[in-house]
Amino acid sequence: MTFLTQVLNGLQLGSIYALVALGYTMVYGIILLLNFAHGDIIMVGAYISWIVMSQLGLSPALAIVLSIVGCAGLGVLIDKVAYQPLREAPRMSLLITAIGVSYFLENGAQLVFGADAKVVPEYFDLPNLSVGGVGLSANAIITIVVTAVSTVLLTILVQKTKLGKAMRAVSEDMGAARLMGINVNNTISFTFAVGSALAGIGAVLYSMAYSQATPTMGIMLGTKAFVAAVLGGIGSIPGAVIGGLLVGFAEVFVSAIGLSVWQDAVVFLLLIIVLVVRPTGILGRPMTEKV
Amino acid sequence: MTASKATATQAGTPAVSGYRSLSMPMRYLINAVLVVIFLVVGELMIDGGVVSRYQTGVIEQIGIYIILAVSLNIATGYLGQLPLGHAGFMSVGGYSCAIFIMRMMDTMGVTARDFATGTPAAAGLFVLGIIFGGFCAAICGLIIGVPALRLKGDYLAIITLGFAEIIRVVMQNIDGVLGFTLTGGAKGLTGIPGYTNFLNTFIVVVISLFLIHTMMKSRHGRAILSIRDNEIAAESCGVSTTYYKTLAFVASAFFAGVAGGLYAGCIGVMAPAKFGFMKSIEILVMVVLGGMGSMLGSVISATVLTILPEVLRAVSDYRMVVYAVVLILVMIFRPEGLLGDYDFSTSRLIERIINHGKRPEDFVPVAAAAVEGAASDAKAAAPTATTGGQTETPGKESGKEAHTHE
Amino acid sequence: MNTNISRRNFVKSGAVAVAGLGLAACGGNSGSGSSSSSSDTIKVGLMGPYTGDVAQYGLACRYGAELYVKQVNDKGGINGKQVELDTQDEKGDATEAVNVYNKLVEDGVVGIIGDVTSTPTIAVAQASVKDNMPCVTPSATAADVISYGKNYFRACITDPYQGKLMADFAADQGYKTVGVIYNQGGDYEQGVADAFTEEAGKKGITVSDSEGYPAGATDFNSQLTNIIATKPDAIFSPNYYQDDGKIVTQARKLGYAGVFMGADGWSNIVGGDEEYASAEDLEGCYYDCSFVAENEDEKVQDFIKAYKDEYNDTPSNFCALGYDATMILLNAIETVEKDGKATYGSDDYKQAVVDAIASGTANGVTGDISYSGTGDPVKSTLIITFKGGAQEVFKTIEGK
Repeated sequence: MTFLTQVLNGLQLGSIYALVALGYTMVYGIILLLNFAHGDIIMVGAYISWIVMSQLGLSPALAIVLSIVGCAGLGVLIDKVAYQPLREAPRMSLLITAIGVSYFLENGAQLVFGADAKVVPEYFDLPNLSVGGVGLSANAIITIVVTAVSTVLLTILVQKTKLGKAMRAVSEDMGAARLMGINVNNTISFTFAVGSALAGIGAVLYSMAYSQATPTMGIMLGTKAFVAAVLGGIGSIPGAVIGGLLVGFAEVFVSAIGLSVWQDAVVFLLLIIVLVVRPTGILGRPMTEKV
Repeated sequence: MTASKATATQAGTPAVSGYRSLSMPMRYLINAVLVVIFLVVGELMIDGGVVSRYQTGVIEQIGIYIILAVSLNIATGYLGQLPLGHAGFMSVGGYSCAIFIMRMMDTMGVTARDFATGTPAAAGLFVLGIIFGGFCAAICGLIIGVPALRLKGDYLAIITLGFAEIIRVVMQNIDGVLGFTLTGGAKGLTGIPGYTNFLNTFIVVVISLFLIHTMMKSRHGRAILSIRDNEIAAESCGVSTTYYKTLAFVASAFFAGVAGGLYAGCIGVMAPAKFGFMKSIEILVMVVLGGMGSMLGSVISATVLTILPEVLRAVSDYRMVVYAVVLILVMIFRPEGLLGDYDFSTSRLIERIINHGKRPEDFVPVAAAAVEGAASDAKAAAPTATTGGQTETPGKESGKEAHTHE
Repeated sequence: MNTNISRRNFVKSGAVAVAGLGLAACGGNSGSGSSSSSSDTIKVGLMGPYTGDVAQYGLACRYGAELYVKQVNDKGGINGKQVELDTQDEKGDATEAVNVYNKLVEDGVVGIIGDVTSTPTIAVAQASVKDNMPCVTPSATAADVISYGKNYFRACITDPYQGKLMADFAADQGYKTVGVIYNQGGDYEQGVADAFTEEAGKKGITVSDSEGYPAGATDFNSQLTNIIATKPDAIFSPNYYQDDGKIVTQARKLGYAGVFMGADGWSNIVGGDEEYASAEDLEGCYYDCSFVAENEDEKVQDFIKAYKDEYNDTPSNFCALGYDATMILLNAIETVEKDGKATYGSDDYKQAVVDAIASGTANGVTGDISYSGTGDPVKSTLIITFKGGAQEVFKTIEGK
C-alpha cells in the first residue's frame, strides 16, 4: 500500500519537474541558452496567484489565467530586454546574463514581498479520494493529467503547426532560417512565451501541491528541472518528460528509504553519471562540432 | 647584446636601441621592496591602533576575496570555462583547514592564544593547515574536473553547480554517516580559533598571486591560454588539453581552498549553507566585472565589492538587486568587464618613466639585426619585432576571438 | 603575451592602497574609535538579520526591542539617561555578524541585544569573549552559544529543553507510539528532535518512525507515508511554521487524522499575516512556546496592546523575546547605574552588568526569567493547543 502511495508521489513530483523541464528544453533547443531565470519565472507565477487570490480576493480561475499569462509575458520581456541584445554574443556572456536575470528576480521578490513564505490559497476545494484504503490526493491526479495534456499539445504545436516548423528551423540553423524569410526574433520570442507559459502552468500545479511561495523557491526547482531536461536529452520533448519523471522518482525513492537528506546529492549524482556516460542524454541527438 | 635579447624573450619588451629597460632581477627587487613596504606600513598601522579591529577584519576579508576572485579567474578568464561551483572548493578548504588545525592543536602544543601572539609552533601549524586545506580542495577539483572538463559551456556550468551542491549536502550530513563529529553538521563547525590575522593573510595573498602569475607566465600558462583561444587548434599543436584543463581547474580549486582556510580562521564558524550557489555567483560577479583574464581587474573588483557593502550599509536592501542589474548591463554593454584582459606591470610603468614617456614602439627596432644578424632577414624580422612591441593589441584580439569560440 | 600577465606585486600594493582609501571612508562612517560616549546617554547595540532569508525573525526581535527602549525612555530613561540603540544589520550571515559586532564595539556600546539565529550568534559569542561584552540573545537556541564565556545569555529556552519538555508532555497525554519528522538541515530542528527521542525512550514511548528531510524540501509525502503506515498516536514535528504548515496539510491529505506536536517554531503558524495550515487541520494539535497572543495574563495583554498601538500589528513570539531580552539587559544596566560604583563604559562596568544579569530576574512577557549559573534561563513555558479555529493556552509548565 505504501508502495503505491509512493509511486503516486513520484508521479506527481515528476510531472511538475517534467513540465518545467519542457520549458527549459524548448528555450535551450532554440537559442542554446540555459535559461537560469526559468525557475524564477515559476516563482513569479506563484506570487501572482497569491496576489490575485489572497490580496485581491478574486476568483481562482482568474488567478490561474493571470499566472499563466503573466509568466508568458515575463518570459518574452526577459528575452527582449536581456537576451535579444546578445544574440551574436558568445555563449558565456549570455549565460552570465541569464544568471543576472535570475538573481534580479530572486532578490527583487525578496525586496518586494519579504523573505517569509506566502500562503497561496487552495484553488479549488478538492476531495480526498480513497482507493482500497490508500489516500489519493486529487492534486496528484490533476497534476499528472495536466502534464500529459500539455505534452501532447506541445508536440502538436511543434510538429504540426507553421510556428512549430519555424521553431524547428531556427533551432537547426538560425542563419538559414533567416534566409528562408523566418522572422527569427519573433520566433524566439514565441518560444519563450510558450516555454514560460508552461512554467506558469507548473507554478499553478506547484502551488496546488505545496501552497507556499517564497522568493527562492525557483532555484532548486529550476536546477532540478534542468537536470531532468539534460537527463532526457536536451531539445527533446519526450526526453524532458522522461527526465522529469526519473528525477521525481529518484527523489521519492531516496526519501522513502530514509535517506532524504541526500536526495539533492543523488539527483546531481544522477546528472553527473548521465553526462559522463551519455552526454547527450537519453533521447538526445549527438552534436558534431565543425572545426 | 645578450641583455637586450634576454629582455626580448623574457619580458616582452623588444630589443630596441635607445630604450632603457629594466633587467629581470631589478624588476623582482623593485616589486619585492614595494611588497615589504606595504606589509610593514600595514602592520604598524594595525599595531598602533590607527586601523581598528573592524577595519582589520574587513581587510582580511578583502584578501580572502582577492584570492577567490583570482583563482576563479584561472578557470574562467584564462581557461575560458564557466565553473559555478567555486564556493564548494572554498567550503572544502575551509573545513579541512579548520578541522586540521583544531585537531592538531593539542599534538603540537599550540593554544588559541598562541595564534594571537605568533609563536613559531602556531605559525607552523597555520602553514600546514592552509596547505592541507588547499590540498583537499585540489583533490576535489581533480575529482570534479575529470568528468566535468569533458563537457563544454552550459553543461560544465551545471555540473560544477551540481558538485558544489553535493559538497554542501555532504558537509551537512557526513557526521551521521561517520558516527562522530567531523564537520558539525548543519549548524556548522564552531569554535574555530582565530588563526587568521593581517600579517599572514597579506603574506598568503602575495604568495598566491605570485604563484598564479608565474604559472601563467610559464609554458603551462601559455598552454592554458591557447586552450581558451581555440581548443581544437591547441590540441592539434600538441598541447595536451586534458592535462592542462585539469591543471588549471585543480590550481583554481587549490587557491580557493586556501582562501577558505583563511576564511575559517577569520570568522570562527563554517556553516555549509553559506557556500552554495549564491556565494559562487558573488565571486563570479567580481571576476566578470573586473574583466575575465585580468588579474588586476579581479583584485580591484574584489576589493571594491568587499568594501562597498560596508560603506553602503544604508542602502544594503537594494545591494543584491543592484548587483544583478549591473551584471546584466555589463554583459550587454561591456562584456569584457572593467579591464578586459589588460594587466598592469610596475616595471613597464617605471620603464616608461625612465624613458621619458616613450614606449618601446617609438624607437627604431634593432632586435631584427641583433636576433637574425643578417640585413636580408631584417625585413622579415622587423614585423616580428613590431608585433612584439604591440603587446596589448594581440592580447585584446585573442581575447575577442576567444569569445566567439565555443 | 608576456606583459599581459601582471606583475602581481604592484597589483597587490595597488589593491591595498585602494583598500586603505575605502576603509578611510568606512572608518569615517563608523564614528569614533573608542567608547567615548557622552555620559548622558546609554548606548546599547542591537543586531540581527534585517535583510536576507531570515529577515522576518530579525525584524520581529527588533520591533520588540525598540518598543521596550521607547517605553523606558518615555519613563525618563535609566538613572536619568536616555537609552540609545545602535542598530546594525548582519544580513543573516556569520561573517557580517562578526563585522557588525566589531563595529558595535568600536561605537562604544555597553551591551548588545543579539544575534537572532544560531550560527551567527555563535560567531559573535566567540568574538565577544575577549571584550567581556554583556550580550543577551532573544532567540538563538543552539547549546554552544553560551559556552564560550560568561558574558552571553539568552532569553529563550533551549532546543534540548524543549525536546525533553514535549516528550514529558507526550507521556502525560498517554501517547504510546510517536512518529517524528524533522529538518535534518537545521540545528534547531535536529536539536529538539534528538532531545525528544532521548527523553521519549526514558519515558517508555516508542518512536515508531523517525524521518528527516533536507532543508528547503517542500514535498513531505514520502516521509509522511512511511510514518503514517506505522499508525502512531501522535506525530512530532519540531520545525519552523512554514514547514509545519505543509507537513500538517499534506498529512491530512494522506489520511492522517491524529495529533501533531511541535516546538516553539510553530509559533506564527496562524495569527500572523498568513495562515500556514487550516483551522480544521490544526484542531487538537499541541506545541510549546513562551508566548502566544491568546495568553490572558495581564502583562502579556498590556504588551500586545502597546505593540499594536505602536506598529499596528499583533506581536509574534520573536517580538516578545526581543522585548524581554532588552528588558534583561536594561534591568541589569539600571542596577549597575543605580549602584554607581563603576564608570560608564569601563571594563568594570561591563563585568558588573554581566553579574547583574546573572543574578537578576526579569518579569518578562514570555515569563519570569532568571539565571542559575549558566547563560540558559530558568523560565516557564506554555503548552498551546488549537480549539475551534483559535489558539489557547492548554497548560503552563514551570521552569526548573
